Order: sequence, then structure tokens, then C-alpha cells
Amino acid sequence: MIKKLLLVLLCAAGVSAHAALDPAQVRQLAAEDSADKVAAIRQLTQTADPDAVRVLQAMADDALYVARDKALIISGEQAFDAATGAAVDMPAEPEAVTVNNRLRGELANALAALKLFDADAAVRRASAQALQASADAGMAPLLARALERETDAGIKALLVVAHAQATLGDADPAVRLAAVKALADTASPAVKSMLLPLTDKAGEADDKVRYAAIEAVKAIDGRLAVAENLGRVFSGLSLGSILLLAALGLAITYGVMGVINMAHGELLMVGAYATYGVQSLFRAYAPGLIDWYLPAAIPVAFFTAAAVGVVMERTVIRWLYGRTLETLLATWGISLVLIQAARVAFGAQNVEVANPGWMSGGIEVMPNLLLPWNRIIIVGFAMFVLFLVWVLMNRTRLGMFVRAVTQNRPMAGCVGVHTARIDTMAFALGAGIAGLGGVALSQISNVGPDMGQGYIVDSFMVVVVGGVGQLAGAVWAALGLGIFSKLLEGWAGAVIAKITVLVAIIVFIQKRPQGIFALKGRFVE
Amino acid sequence: MSNRRHFIKATIVAAALASMGMSAHAADTIKVGILHSLSGTMAISETALKETALMTIEEINKAGGVMGKQLEPVVVDPASNWPLFAEKARQLLTKDKVAVTFGCWTSVSRKSVLPVYKELNGLLFYPVQYEGEELEKNVFYTGAAPNQQAIPAVEYLMSKDGGEAKRFVLLGTDYVYPRTTNKILRAFLKTKGVADADIMEEYTPFGHSDYQTIIAKIKKFASEGKKTAVVSTINGDSNVPFYKELGNAGLKATDVPVVAFSVGEEELRGVDAKPLVGHLAAWNYFQSLKNPENARFIKMYKDWAVRKKLPNAGTVVTNDPMEATYIGIHMWAQAVEKAKSTDTDKVIAAMAGQSFKAPSGFTVKMDEKNHHLHKPVFLGEVKADGQFSVVWKTPGPVKAAPWSPYIPGNDKKKGEPEAK
Repeated sequence: MIKKLLLVLLCAAGVSAHAALDPAQVRQLAAEDSADKVAAIRQLTQTADPDAVRVLQAMADDALYVARDKALIISGEQAFDAATGAAVDMPAEPEAVTVNNRLRGELANALAALKLFDADAAVRRASAQALQASADAGMAPLLARALERETDAGIKALLVVAHAQATLGDADPAVRLAAVKALADTASPAVKSMLLPLTDKAGEADDKVRYAAIEAVKAIDGRLAVAENLGRVFSGLSLGSILLLAALGLAITYGVMGVINMAHGELLMVGAYATYGVQSLFRAYAPGLIDWYLPAAIPVAFFTAAAVGVVMERTVIRWLYGRTLETLLATWGISLVLIQAARVAFGAQNVEVANPGWMSGGIEVMPNLLLPWNRIIIVGFAMFVLFLVWVLMNRTRLGMFVRAVTQNRPMAGCVGVHTARIDTMAFALGAGIAGLGGVALSQISNVGPDMGQGYIVDSFMVVVVGGVGQLAGAVWAALGLGIFSKLLEGWAGAVIAKITVLVAIIVFIQKRPQGIFALKGRFVE
Repeated sequence: MSNRRHFIKATIVAAALASMGMSAHAADTIKVGILHSLSGTMAISETALKETALMTIEEINKAGGVMGKQLEPVVVDPASNWPLFAEKARQLLTKDKVAVTFGCWTSVSRKSVLPVYKELNGLLFYPVQYEGEELEKNVFYTGAAPNQQAIPAVEYLMSKDGGEAKRFVLLGTDYVYPRTTNKILRAFLKTKGVADADIMEEYTPFGHSDYQTIIAKIKKFASEGKKTAVVSTINGDSNVPFYKELGNAGLKATDVPVVAFSVGEEELRGVDAKPLVGHLAAWNYFQSLKNPENARFIKMYKDWAVRKKLPNAGTVVTNDPMEATYIGIHMWAQAVEKAKSTDTDKVIAAMAGQSFKAPSGFTVKMDEKNHHLHKPVFLGEVKADGQFSVVWKTPGPVKAAPWSPYIPGNDKKKGEPEAK
């Protein structure tokens, strides 16, 4: 909407300000052949006319049309002559000018180049930023001019890099040498790509330039490797936090209470579907607030999953305490019931849970290290849930009772703890935490009736490796497994990594059956 | 004791009645099987095909049916489980006695049902682009063969408009279709002078959902000095996390374009398409094509979705395999009219040379011999609203070459099914 308004304003400004662009040139933007379009874009860029910005921006926004052999800009219900900016009648069947990747790249460059002379420093900075990895030889004179005029030191530094890229193919070896030296301080893979041909005798005849290029590539490679390893650690951390979210609930139900809960994965699924439900409600009743459905889904998912947990505990599990095998079978049956229930209620197909706007995109830490927001937020959320569990278990009466019952049931009963109710509460807590895990999973993987099946093995893995009965163990195991498998995946691929991790776990459990940390739980006796 | 005998008797009588009822019923309808996964990892793609098939059958029935008889759809759910496909196919052929089956998406499911159709001499219409290397008497392939999708797409990537890619990442789900397609592509790229070192092949299991490492690898591979493009044969719901990660990781189409062979309008419904603008898909049909047949087809499906209260009925889209399903059912109906019989062998003979004015805007023709359609090829770039804008197309329909010339030994194979 704002873009459209801006477009209209720009158009209006274009009319009042000064003479129009050459209509033939503008018409050529809508030529059949891409090569002709590219030529037209370049010509318009060379005019450095502010009107060209308007036309090219319209083209990049897919607002450029052709009708009656004239290029038009159509925004909403209004049509403007592209060359003059004057409003014209809406034609009957305007033909859209298709923009492909090649043109899109060309347009981005052209717009950035034109905006280098903007009065606003922020605009200039943004366009210099955009040219960091894509400046081509044709832009060299323009960039040189911009460099001369620029007063801001930060933008100047960016422009030097862009200018160096544009002059890499210069005929004069001295200019090339200067360009290569200027580029040696960057850390971008695109710049490395540009320099690589210069490290070869076929691509660069001058020895000095070639050696400088080899040095520069080496320096960039070093920086890229740092970024790459940081990226690996981060993705490990991200996988670890997902494993932790999936396993924390189980760490309570299995770890602390000793219930082998095969329906744990389905509790995650319940949480994810609760998120979907909240999203649907927001879509139906508060479409304006749709970006904030996720915070609202957190308590809903917790209590829905906890309610399912209470029902499970009251109806089935409480009759089976101490009978591990029966619990295993019964909870597996419950898991099948829950999967089918979800199929009946929501259909067998995956449901769509969208990332809110503030969770897409990421922050660029280094030119080739971009940390996606959704993963950062999930790492943060995992820490929040961990903190919540820690507070509940160690700082509340309920937590104290749970620990007391776990350590010595008869004694706890003797001092007046209602042990049966504590069992229900503890199981509900574990189920609720699993529901929170489901909220996180809904943001990164598909939400469907059998999504839980994929996490049950991983969850048990984390709890067993960490040491049954110990929350800290689960944390270390989740992060360790996450980082370990991501590092392996980088070298050996996803399938081999998974196998290696499982083998490593088998060996580990053989050597240390009690896990990383061991604490006496109820079932140890 | 007498109780039990009574029960047995009753059962026999009931069964006899039921079978009588069935045969009486069968006289005025023709049964048509629909074999698509409605649950599991492939449900994201296949559910829409079931809906399209039901819609087309209703359309034909409203127009008077086939040979004056109404079509009766029999829908089964093989649940993305390949052996179950074979079981369900057998059930359709022996128990329900369907005249024809429309179904399957993945090649592994097609390979799983093939022996059943051969053994029982059934008839299968397969509506999805695939790897070729197959030509069966009992199957009609209404999707694209590699030369109608994969090869033109890669040629486009190597052209000036496609970015002149010199390095290729072949990324796929780990099963027969991606493996074979990538084998063909590798051989094709070699003939174009692309070295083995400039090709990276990566596979992930079905339902894979963590693409962080793979995207990081692609980024690294792309920084080695030559323009890189990704050819994705990822199938099923893994595409949602893949494209989400691609968007979040900031891998733009102007730097590293991704061309997909199994991603259409339907798969992109669950994804925010804004960061994906410019990534490509190669198909024989796009919803954005403008022609009267397509307008009618889209309207018919939208009305169907609203009438049947499909989930998110307001945002339903049409895509290539849906169009192929639509063409297939209509062509089969035409062939039955021509043969004046639903007998498998007679219909197969009548299918040769059938033509149909398709929503792609072209009249597509069933080849006289090779059981594949002559189809036009389009390349589309993703737009911000999840639709595609066509950036390249063939001037007219292209004849399918199921035996790719890039696989050694194929030059000796015949372009028609072996006669038995």
C-alpha cells in the first residue's frame, strides 16, 4: 500500500519536475528480447535522471505494462504513461512486462547505482550495500563519480569495495592490482568468486596482480572458514535446542517419574495442533493481530497438552505404575488413538502453520553467515522453557513434592503429601512441557498427525544419554547430540551422520548405562 | 451351536445379496479407481489430485457419462506407503473391478503397483512428471518425460537469460526418480562440457525437515568461482522446510537460482513466497497461463473446492499434475467412447492418437506408439503471491522421449511397449 502511494507521489513529482524520459527508450524496456531490455535499463541508468528511478522501480515491482505500443505504469486502478508520468486512461487489456532473474539482478544494480546520488545518507548506504557483491564493469565510471562525491566515511568504504569489483577487469594492470588489494579485506563468497579467475594464468597475465589475487583469495578463505564453522556450531545449537524442547517433557515423565511414555511424540503433536488452532482463530477473528498468534499459542498449547496428560494419567497410567512393560504397551496404544483422533479432527494432510512476519529473515553476522530469526528465537524459547522447568522443580512446592515422591514415596506419603495427586500433576507438567515443544516444532517442521513419530526416538535418546532422572543431563545430551550430529553432517552427509550418532550412543550406553549424569529415581530401587 | 449355524447362514445370504447388488449396480455404472496418498509425506501433493479426479468424473457424468453410463469413483488411501500401493491396487482390480485407475505420484509407488497391473492386465493413468526409462503397455503417462521437463530446464539455466550457470547442485529425495533424473542430467551436463567437479549431488530421506547443513553446503559450493544453480527433485512435504530455510538463509534467486521439478502452486501454498521470488519451476502447465480452457478449469476447481468445503477453499490453486489428471481422465473417456468398450486392450488401442484441448492452451496428443503425451514445456519464476510467471516456453508440444538418449544403451530400445 505504502509502496503504491509512493509510486503515485513519485509519478506526480515526475510530472511537475522536469522534462520526460525518451519514450522510445522507455518503450524498449518492454521489448520481447531480454537483451534489448537489459540495454534499455543500462541506457536509462546512464542518464542518472531521477525519473529513471521511478520507471525502473515500477519495472522491478512488476507494475510496468504495455498497451497501445506504449509503456505504462499501473498502480491499483490508475495508469500512467511511463515516459512522462502523466495519468492516462486505463487500457482494456494491458500486457505485463515479464521480469526474469537476469533482469531482476540488472534492475537491482541499476536502482542501487541511481540512488548512490540520493540526498539521504541512509539511502546511499543501502544502495552501496546492495552493490557489495554485484557491481559490474559498466558501473565503474558511475561508482568513481559517486566515490568522489561521497562524504560519509562508512559509505565511502563500501563504495571502494564496489568500485574495486567494477574495475577488476580493467585494461590497466595497476588499476586491477589496486582493485584486488581493496578486495582482500572482504569476507564475502561472491567476491571470492570474482577473484578466483584472476588466480589463474589464463585469466590474468600480469604476475603481480595474480599473486595479489592468490593472497587475497587465501585471506578471504580464512575468513569464510571462520564463518562456516560458526555457522555449523549455530546449526548444532539450533538442533540441540529442538531436541531439548522435544525431550524436556519426557525428562519429567520418564526421567523423574519412570513412566515409559510412548505417547510423548503425540503430546508434541497436540501442542503443534493447538498452535494451529490458535492461528486459525486469529485468522478468523483478529486478522490484524495475526503476527502475534504465537505468544498466545504458548499457554494454549501448554494447557491443552497438560489436559491430555491428566486424562491419560487418570484413566490409564496410574493403574500401571511400576509395571514398565504394560505401561509401554498402553502408552503406545494411546499414541495410536491420538494419531487417529488428529486424523479425524483435522484430516490426514499436514496443516499449514505460518511463521509470523517477525520470525522470517535473519541477521547477517558475516557476509556468509546469516542466522535465521526463527532458529534464534527457538534457541531462546528452549532456554525459557528450561528456566521454567527449573523454577517449577526447584523453587515451588509442587516441584519439592515431586522430588520427594520420586525419592521416597512411602515417606512422602507419611508426612502428608498426597502422592496420587502429585503423580497426576507431575505427569500433566511433563505433558504440558511437551506441548510447548510442539509450539516450537510447528515453526520449523510440518504439522501432521504422525509428526510425533519422528521425535519419539530422538527424545528417548536424549533422556537416556543424559542420565535418566536428571534434567541437567538432558540439557547436555541435547546440545551435545545436536552439535555432534551437525558437525558430522557437514563432513559425511545426513544419512551417515544419523547412523554414526546412533552407533556412538549404543557404545556410550554400553560403557556408561547410567548416562552422563546419574541420580537415583523411583524405578532404580 | 444352532446360534452359530444361524449366523453362518445369515452371512452367506448377506454375501450373496451383496454380490448380486454389486453386479446389478455394475451394469449401469463404470467403476474408476483413484489411488492417491491422502495421508503421510506425499499427501501434500496427492490430495489435490484425488479432488481433481473426482471433479473431472463429476463433469463427465453431468455431460452424460461414458457410453451412456455414469462413472463411479472408488477412492482408496495408500498412505504414502509403497507396498500398500500394490495392495490397494490389487484390491481395486480384483475386488472393486475398476475399469481404469488414475493414481500414483512418486515413481517408487508406480514401480510398486506395476507388477499388479501387468499381472491382472489393468489400466493405469500416471499423471506426474517422472524419470522415464519405462514404457509399459498397461500404463499411460500423462506427465512429462525428462526431455519435456528436466533437460529444457537445465538448458534454460545455462542460457544467458537463465544466468549462464556453470556449476550445478543436484539435490533430491532419496529414491528412484531423483536418482535416475540426476543420472540423466549428469550425462547431459557432461555433453555440455560441465566437469564432474562442478556437479554436487545430495540426497535426503523422505520427510527430511532440517535443511540447515545442506543450504550451508550449497552456499559454500556456490562460492567457488562460477555461477551456480540448484536443480531440486525434492518430493513431498520436505519442500516446505527446504523453501523456508532457503528464504531465511537469504539465498536469493539472482545469486543461486533453484529450479524445482516437483514443486508447483500447491506445494508453495504453505510457504511465504516473498523471499523466494525468482526461483524456478519447470512444468507443462501453470495456473497463471491465460487462455479460455485454463480459465474454465481454474473456475471449475475453485467452485468444486467451495462446494466440497475443502480446507482453505478460498486459496486453492491448480497445478501441472492436476492438469495431467484432468487430461488423462478425459482422454480415457474419449478412448472408451471410441472403442465402445472398457476392455483394457481395446481401450489401449483406442488411446493412440487421442487429442484434447488442454488448459495449458495447447491441443495435446497421445502419441500413437509410446503411451506418452506430446506436451508444451514452460519455465516459471516464483512470484510474491506463490504463482509463477512464465519466462520461457517451447513454441509447441514436444514429443516425449521416455528412453533418454543420455543413458547408454537406450538408443537400441524401441519407442513402444513390448508386445506380449
